[in-house]
Amino acid sequence: MKPNSLLRTDLHVVNVGLRSFADGIRAAGGSVVHVEWRPPAGGDAELATIIDRLRSDDDAGWREPVASANAAAVGRLLAAEPRVIGIARADAVIPGMAADTVLHAGPPIEWGDMCGPMRGAVIGGLLYEGLVNSPEDAAELAASGRIRFAPCHEHQAVGPMAGIITASMPVWIVENAAFGNRSFATLNEGLGKVLRYGAYSEEVIARLVWMRDVLAPLLTKALRKHGPLDLRSLLAQALQMGDEGHNRNRAATSLFIRELAPHLVRLAARRDDVARVFEFLNGNDHFTLNLSMPAAKCALDAAAETPGSSLVTVMARNGTEFGIRLAGTGARWFTAPAPKVEGLYFPGYGPDDAAPDIGDSAITETGGYGGFAMAAAPAIVQFVGGSPAKALETTRRMARITMAESPIYRIPALGFRGTPTGIDVLRVVETGILPAINTGIAHKEPGVGMIGAGLVTPPFDCFAQAARALAETLQAPEAQP
Amino acid sequence: MRRLLVQRGRYFDSVFLLRISRTLEEVPGVSRAVVAMGTPANMESLVRVGFNAQQGITPNDLVIGLEAKSEDAARVAEAKLAQMLASGGEHSESSEELTSTLGDALAVDAEANLALISVPGAYAAAEARRALRRGLHVMLFSDNVSVEDEISLKDEAARRGLLMMGPDCGTAIVNGVPLGFANVVRRGPIGIVGASGTGIQEITSLIDRAGGGVSHALGTGGRDLSKSVGGKSMLAAIDALTADPETRIVIVVSKTPAPEVAELVLKRLAAARKPAVVQFVGSPPAPPRGSIVFAETLADAARRALELTGLGTASLSNGAEAHFPAYHGSLRGLFCGGTLAQEAWSILRRRGIDIRSNVANDTAHKVKAGAKVDGHVVWDLGDDAFTVGRPHPMIEPGLRDNKVLQAVGDPSVGVVLVDCVLGHGAHADPAGSLARAVGRAADVGPADRRPAVVASVTGTDRDPQSYRDQRRTLEDAGICVAESNAEAAEWCAATLIARGSEKAARGAGT
Repeated sequence: MKPNSLLRTDLHVVNVGLRSFADGIRAAGGSVVHVEWRPPAGGDAELATIIDRLRSDDDAGWREPVASANAAAVGRLLAAEPRVIGIARADAVIPGMAADTVLHAGPPIEWGDMCGPMRGAVIGGLLYEGLVNSPEDAAELAASGRIRFAPCHEHQAVGPMAGIITASMPVWIVENAAFGNRSFATLNEGLGKVLRYGAYSEEVIARLVWMRDVLAPLLTKALRKHGPLDLRSLLAQALQMGDEGHNRNRAATSLFIRELAPHLVRLAARRDDVARVFEFLNGNDHFTLNLSMPAAKCALDAAAETPGSSLVTVMARNGTEFGIRLAGTGARWFTAPAPKVEGLYFPGYGPDDAAPDIGDSAITETGGYGGFAMAAAPAIVQFVGGSPAKALETTRRMARITMAESPIYRIPALGFRGTPTGIDVLRVVETGILPAINTGIAHKEPGVGMIGAGLVTPPFDCFAQAARALAETLQAPEAQP
Repeated sequence: MRRLLVQRGRYFDSVFLLRISRTLEEVPGVSRAVVAMGTPANMESLVRVGFNAQQGITPNDLVIGLEAKSEDAARVAEAKLAQMLASGGEHSESSEELTSTLGDALAVDAEANLALISVPGAYAAAEARRALRRGLHVMLFSDNVSVEDEISLKDEAARRGLLMMGPDCGTAIVNGVPLGFANVVRRGPIGIVGASGTGIQEITSLIDRAGGGVSHALGTGGRDLSKSVGGKSMLAAIDALTADPETRIVIVVSKTPAPEVAELVLKRLAAARKPAVVQFVGSPPAPPRGSIVFAETLADAARRALELTGLGTASLSNGAEAHFPAYHGSLRGLFCGGTLAQEAWSILRRRGIDIRSNVANDTAHKVKAGAKVDGHVVWDLGDDAFTVGRPHPMIEPGLRDNKVLQAVGDPSVGVVLVDCVLGHGAHADPAGSLARAVGRAADVGPADRRPAVVASVTGTDRDPQSYRDQRRTLEDAGICVAESNAEAAEWCAATLIARGSEKAARGAGT
């Protein structure tokens, strides 16, 4: 294009900076696209240079091998076919799980660094296993070094809030039919005083025992009659019924009950037990959160370990730190202090009562729903500080840091566009746009439970570290003689 | 009480934030309000004015420094802030595509062919380079770009056959579309290349008001005609206008260029074989050279171009000398437009007035911005020294109007000379703001010693502010309005000279 060609063609302007200039062009009938510019890489000049170097010559995409690696990784993420195939004891199915193992949410953490709710949940887990008889003994055992703590994520599992999984807990087995890999999660206990919020009183343990002895066996049998349950289809329908798969699971839970009901009532079981199962499911709007989470986990695990890819495969919090992992850097965690959640509190509670952000449930956003599908869930927009319009904007903003749109999960209010899927760490760093994560808020003291819900903005630093590490893996082969 | 608030990850453009700062400072009891992004430079200046530093603030964080007389005042300011930020944040219409990088924008409009870049200087060169790499022409409004970056950007543009306007390019009109600070002018046969934003605005406005029209007005940035940059953009723009069939006459406007660069430009113009008018603001007029004539002023450049198109030029002067009483006292020029200030200063100098300025091009009359000056002086208030931490007075005339208020109330001042620049990007009502300042001063100062205020208005009737309305506002406030900046300066010169001769006559009589 020669300078004089500019003078002969219609002007199409990209306005980078002052918004008033775009208004002037528009007023004159000119064509203009306004860029909501921010300093690249959060204002870190060195990081901005790293990102620039990864841009292709014409700046239109990432250089090889990043471009191909991302296409492969997000392709596997979108092709996943998660389905529930059954329920089993954790130590029977979760790889590397033993009697002394306690899995927890988020990146690795030891007892000494755990926040209140997570400690409470560990205590409850040890009581539940019968390894100790009192909370004091449980704390002593936890601190003794005889318990092996490990992240759920390092064992193909995910756990909401504290995310504690112990050996004898029943867990969902979710299988990715497209690639054969599996993921696991416990059964959701409901709201109020529950283990995942750090409660460990007798009623909490009693409920867990009932879930193990009554709920899990009945659901197992019903599921066997039903056959594998397609979670992709369940979530796709729920997203069109006002769920986003993280903070609202009401539609999915209803669909789940409807699907399994005939099989449950046909079981040769005590009528009262079956009735209590229905009551429990009906009383727990978040029951299928523990299915939408492992659904995302097994889809993302299929894309993990893709050298060169900037796909984020894990976002998880342990109440002390926020951590992420990338497809291109495998098992490495990139962590930063866990942020506070901004949100609405139940009456009587406020920000001073809140524990920092906690739980593996951000796997839903990592997998392309949850906060990324906010536009699908106008009923819960107050939690994230806004209006239905703001919810639409959140989903559209997430499209700026993701690699693809889901062909399965679609949003009516956005003209049935697919949810933004596959977070690109390089885009996060380049644009400074951080993933929008919906979440519950736990009380900072163990045993109190959920005190609100809201939106959490992950620390930029995790993404900056991850982008740097990815760039290093790309340079390493050249540096070798 | 001082308070520093931080809102993480909220980026707003600087003009918007400066407007907020100004509004907060109007809250009773608030003595200082600084609303800025957390860049190292901004954090330094906050610390300098007494706020405590905080760790870990990034340029993506919004920082608010509040200094208030009471807790209540601070609370009112905070509520006001939240309200304004919310309305600014919701600015984007839901139908508008959201984009955060140039690449995103190109995905929305694959036909994009020009990037208008106005990001902070530290990021500007990188953004411009990205745009050139994607095959876009660039208008770089940002300043504070190094000469090295300017040269490499212009070389890269030349290699790719692209036009690089700027850095520090304030004004352009391409295919009738105003870019940056620009006026709404009729299309026509006159093409303009300017190294000066307000110079382009004055010429295009005068052409329009006289019934003429503009094909394109291309900017180069203020440093283009320096020895080191060598007129790279100017030459490319002249080539573009030469090849453009719509352009029949070419006007070149710049502050006085480096002599060797001036020569290059004149050679290229001569080769263009189109009639050309050159106005080097601050240079003495020169005899014609082939197809090139040299204008005396910006208005003269417009006049000569209009004559070449066969249009009348009566509107360029109102013919009459100004009838404003000449009081004893000095002249105070208070300008928003840099080139307008320089033109006014050089006209007054040319008429023999001993006048100083921060834009004077001789060391004898050059003074530092804001220095105390007895006697006649012209200030370019867009000078960085005046605008630290504040918007440019063309966007937000508060700075200039305060100085007008002071000058009108100052018994040592006899004439106040001002400009009033309209168009896209400029303040919504600069004349109203100016008229209010003059009115307030009139309430305070003694009526018999009030200085005359002389103005010109740069703009057209189709500008968002409307030339006609703005002019009437000034006239209603008792301000003498000339047809051009040059005419306003000539009026002042004539008055000062007449007064000088009266003085001399009186002196001879006694």
